Amino acid sequence: MNDMSPDSYVTPDGRTIGGVVMEMKNITLRFGGVVAIKDISFDIREGEIRAIIGPNGAGKSSMLNVISGFYVPQEGEVWFRGSRRPQMKPFEVAAQGIARTFQNIALFDGMSVLDNIMTGRLTMMKTGLFAQSFWFGRAEKEESYHREQVEKIIDFLEIQNIRKTPVGRLPYGLKKRVELARALAAEPKLLLLDEPMAGMNVEEKEDMSRFILDVNDEFGTTIALIEHDMGVVMDLSDRVVVMDYGKKIGDGTPDEVRNNQDVIDAYLGVSHD
Amino acid sequence: MLYREAGDFKTSYRDDSQTFPIRFDRFAYYVLLAVAFLVVPFVINDYWVNAVLMPFLIYAIAALGLNVLTGYAGQVSLGTGGFMAVGAYACYKLMTAFPDVNIFFHVIIAGGITALVGLLFGLPSLRIKGFYLAVATLAAQFFLVWLFNRVPWFYNNSASGQISAPERSVFGIKVTGPETEAWATYLFCLIFVVASAWIVRNLTRGSTGRRWMAIRDMDIAAEIIGVNPLGAKLSAFAVSSFFVGIAGALFFSVYLGAVEVGEAFGIQKSFLVLFMIIIGGLGSIFGSFAGAAFMVLMPVLLKNSLVGGLGWPTDLAAHLEFMIVGGLILFFLIVEPHGLAALWKVAKEKLRLWPFPH
Repeated sequence: MNDMSPDSYVTPDGRTIGGVVMEMKNITLRFGGVVAIKDISFDIREGEIRAIIGPNGAGKSSMLNVISGFYVPQEGEVWFRGSRRPQMKPFEVAAQGIARTFQNIALFDGMSVLDNIMTGRLTMMKTGLFAQSFWFGRAEKEESYHREQVEKIIDFLEIQNIRKTPVGRLPYGLKKRVELARALAAEPKLLLLDEPMAGMNVEEKEDMSRFILDVNDEFGTTIALIEHDMGVVMDLSDRVVVMDYGKKIGDGTPDEVRNNQDVIDAYLGVSHD
Repeated sequence: MLYREAGDFKTSYRDDSQTFPIRFDRFAYYVLLAVAFLVVPFVINDYWVNAVLMPFLIYAIAALGLNVLTGYAGQVSLGTGGFMAVGAYACYKLMTAFPDVNIFFHVIIAGGITALVGLLFGLPSLRIKGFYLAVATLAAQFFLVWLFNRVPWFYNNSASGQISAPERSVFGIKVTGPETEAWATYLFCLIFVVASAWIVRNLTRGSTGRRWMAIRDMDIAAEIIGVNPLGAKLSAFAVSSFFVGIAGALFFSVYLGAVEVGEAFGIQKSFLVLFMIIIGGLGSIFGSFAGAAFMVLMPVLLKNSLVGGLGWPTDLAAHLEFMIVGGLILFFLIVEPHGLAALWKVAKEKLRLWPFPH
């Protein structure tokens, strides 16, 4: 974590929230005539859990895709760790330390759990093709080192027993956990979670919430997440951005957002009489 | 205690990621290598080498190469025949231009040249996928064969348009040309096969292999977690073409000796190698060998049993052979779409527990 920057503060539960890591400035994203995101600005601070919520089609996932470099906004600037990010390919963004999970699980079905998690570290594995052809020496040393790091994450997420299982055979809840493991393996500075609890039962949600809090607590990872379960969002997050029809309608602590009239209207509807 | 891993504990990540984690497997592999290198050369004759072993070994290299591209990286290619031709003609040009250099290096450099050509024809893969890419590689197949037919420089202006391998030797033992010994050509190819399989295994078990497989399984997710699709696809094309080129060079110089490009490296060859990896198993090194063995041995076996065993006329047997091989391919694909390698895996899993049901 950074040295205490002047605007850092301590949360009621004792975690230190640092300065701004990522700042989105006036982002507008259009697909042809459809405006998916309209002039949105918000920031993410170091060490915090930042939630993005909103009704279906509000543009939350598009926002995450802008952050991870998959969509290029027509207008606006993305600032990461104090400098403006030039237009980048998604894999370059990943190399900068932004990892993510997907709304619909995007694991590599043909590979084992272990291999899937190891792919999270690909941006850090530098051995060339030639050295790898002969394996002994550099390639093997690198592989063992990264395996050790990955095993720590496997322990952390309690998936030791399935490490050699092909991912295709796993149940849904475990797949979600493996995907989180893959993102964590990249040792991200910013972790993006796209609906980490979608389709889970209460127990699985509790597990996942615990893991998210632990990740934030133990590694100090900054997390931005999209979630529909309001209970979860209000419990986990430090600050919440609320989107509706591509616009930002609320931004603040869970309590502030909960009492925001625009947010209540967006979720419950307004009478038009 | 045929096939057990009980008590076979791994105490380091190095041990855990080895190729044959089960002791029995490891032992069987070393025995197989010892037999292939130390016993087979002394007992084989010309017939065995020319009809069975040599085509098996050379096609195994080609299948390994194509498996890197199609099985591991998920890029379909119908250009295998064309790339084998590049290897063969590169080898021929090198052999005639630098007669003093060892043939061993010629074969490897021919692989390198094929890798560069493969890289070039791999460029469309960055924009197109699946069937469309297959069509693009088909263009490579026809273009390359046309090129070697039409430009006399490639066949040194010979009147017949053929290329034929001059006599070359390794450590004073002839491996190409008309007067070779069966065991010498066999060993020469075997060395390349073992080295190729080892290198492919090393590449596929490490970060390169994971990049390829990530692109194969879900290319968009792969890019978002940090795989450069350009690098992954082009490296797959290069590595794949390298081995296919070596197979082509050996096929021409050591096995056939003289080659007419349209006949030896036509579209049929592309399909043959593709069938090998589909039947053997996509994304499996064992599958490459199993597929090559199946496609090479099955016709020989059928011919011997029909003509030799039952005394049928040769032409009838030849027609029947086509039908039976075709039927068997269908049968295997229906019973086990993931190839012989998957059957082998299931058998191994069963064997680990046998004779106990759980």
